[in-house]
This record gives sequence, C-alpha cells and structure tokens, in this order.
Amino acid sequence: MGEVIVITSGKGGVGKTTTTANIGTGLAMLGKSVVLIDTDIGLRNLDVVMGLENRIVYNLVDVITGICRINQALIKDRRNPNLYLLPSAQTKDKTAVSPLQMKKLAVSLADNYDYILIDCPAGIEQGFQNAIAGAEKAIIVTTPEISALRDADRIHGLLNNTDIKDIELVINRIRPDMVRRHEMMSASEVVEVLGISLLGIVPDDENIVIAANKGEPLVGSDTTAGEAYMNICRRICGENIDFPDLLHKENKIIRFMSKLRRREKTCV
Amino acid sequence: MLFNVMKKKSSGNICAERLKLVLAADRAGCSVEIIEVMRNDIISVISKYADVDKNDLDICITQTFLITKIPVDKIKTLNR
Repeated sequence: MGEVIVITSGKGGVGKTTTTANIGTGLAMLGKSVVLIDTDIGLRNLDVVMGLENRIVYNLVDVITGICRINQALIKDRRNPNLYLLPSAQTKDKTAVSPLQMKKLAVSLADNYDYILIDCPAGIEQGFQNAIAGAEKAIIVTTPEISALRDADRIHGLLNNTDIKDIELVINRIRPDMVRRHEMMSASEVVEVLGISLLGIVPDDENIVIAANKGEPLVGSDTTAGEAYMNICRRICGENIDFPDLLHKENKIIRFMSKLRRREKTCV
Repeated sequence: MLFNVMKKKSSGNICAERLKLVLAADRAGCSVEIIEVMRNDIISVISKYADVDKNDLDICITQTFLITKIPVDKIKTLNR
C-alpha cells in the first residue's frame, strides 16, 4: 500500500512544484514507483518542470470525469521508467474536481505505486482542499522569509484540523551567507518558531533555474540543491541523515524538537 | 556607572521577533497590537514584584493557553 503525500505551502512561489518534481524523481532513482499529481487546475506547471509538457494527452479532470482511464492519462517520465505524471488541466475552472473525487483517485493509485505525490496549488480554497483530501502525510514547503513563514504556519494550523497527522517541513532557498550575517533566519530559528518537524533544507541554487529551463529535475546531481533533495528522499525512505551546513549543536536541537513535536507553541 | 550598550539588531533578529508576534496574533485570532499591549502590561505588572526586564520574560501562545514564563531566580522582594 503506497504512501500519499501532499506538498503544500500556502504561499505561492516558494518551491512546491520544484520540490514535488525533485522528491518524486529522487524516490524513483532510489527504486520506488512514484506517481506525481498536479492539482493546480488552470495553472499547471509540474509538466513543464518535469519536461513532459509535450506528452500530455489526457489530464486529471479527464480522469475524474471518466473521459479516460487513469492509465491513459499517466505519462511515463523520460529518464525514470518507474515515475509517472498525472498532469492537471489547463483550461477548466477549479471547481471541476471535488475533494471526495481526489480522495478516491489517490486511494486507487496507492494500491499500485509506492508513493503518490500531490502538488498542491497556492492558497487555502478549493484547490488546497482537493489536494489534501487523499493525503495521509503533508510536506510544508517554506522559504525563510517572513510572509512565507506566516503562511506556512497558517497551513500548519489548517492541516492540524484534518486527518493528516504526519506533517514535516522543507525550508527552501536558504542562503547560508545571509544567515551568517544574520540577515536571514536560520533553519533552527525557523523550526523553533514554526514548531514543525524538519524534513530538509534546500539551499538557494541557480542550478534549479537551469534544471527547470531544461525540464530535468536536478535531484542527485553534484549541486547543493541536488544533494539536499536526495537527502530528503533518503529521509523519506527512513534513513537518518544529518542536516549538513548546520552546526552539530543545531542538528541536536532540531532532532530534539522533532521528537517533542512542539507544533503549537510560539513565544514572544 | 551605567554602560548603555547600543545593540544594533540585525534584520534576521527583527524578522524573528516580528514573526513571533504575528504568529501569536494569527493563532489567538486577535491583532498584533493587542498582543504587544498585553505583553507590555504583563511585563510592567511583574516588574513590580520581580527584577526582570522584557528579555527575561517568555510569553507563549498555544492553541488553548497564553503562558507567561519568568525565571524563578529573578523574583525578589522589593525593599520598601
């Protein structure tokens, strides 16, 4: 029985789609069978980031409305044979899909694949409700900027009112040079304020832009972001990997706080 | 002699402080102003009975409680 994970954030542009593409590709590279689902109806992007935009025949809405079978809509990745994409629809309005329909789809896919990764749209309305409907686990993506962090906290609060109990955090686009100058919050400060268990830290890396230009996720490559994403995939698979670039002391703090799962506290 | 050390706050520190206030207000469902006023009032009341400044005080907001924490060794009786 596969695991259904939603990748969400609240704030737009923090790296949900990039993270979905890279985690999905990384898990496939580790030998897992993976389906990626783009639920951003009307503003699809997972297809472009994966470099599969010219292979779309059917999409999520076609599957939900019964125009085609799931297998007809799934696009096999160019590089990883056990990785598939279910693209979103570009022309429909967002009410074309309901949470219940999404849940049924996710559950049926989970019978046949190890991981179902759901790329959630920005916001907290229908698109968000659809994306979380079938998920048992959530990854909240944020950057160390104040507005993204605020939205991540809001999303965390909303998720706490659902059946999703396993919630973890990816801090994206961190700039170690700015952190050192105290002009950016550090990963451990973010974890302390948000109180969410940390899954990974991805440094700001121009190779991400290059990878998107080419439609080739860079996970596993010899780049800082590539390594970070592969570490995230390994942690998802159960490996215990330290967070590099953090002091040993900070690693201990983060592990301790993860254990406590202090989700509700913020101190002023 | 009182040495007045002017600590210039970095933007990262400012961000962390602002964020904590904003999250407290978001979670409590009130405005940031109310949280700040409440915090300052709590500090001034406690300052009557304990040798504290605002850096010694931790005010935490959970889903259900507002908790104020002061280190015990800062509490002393005032000389009248």
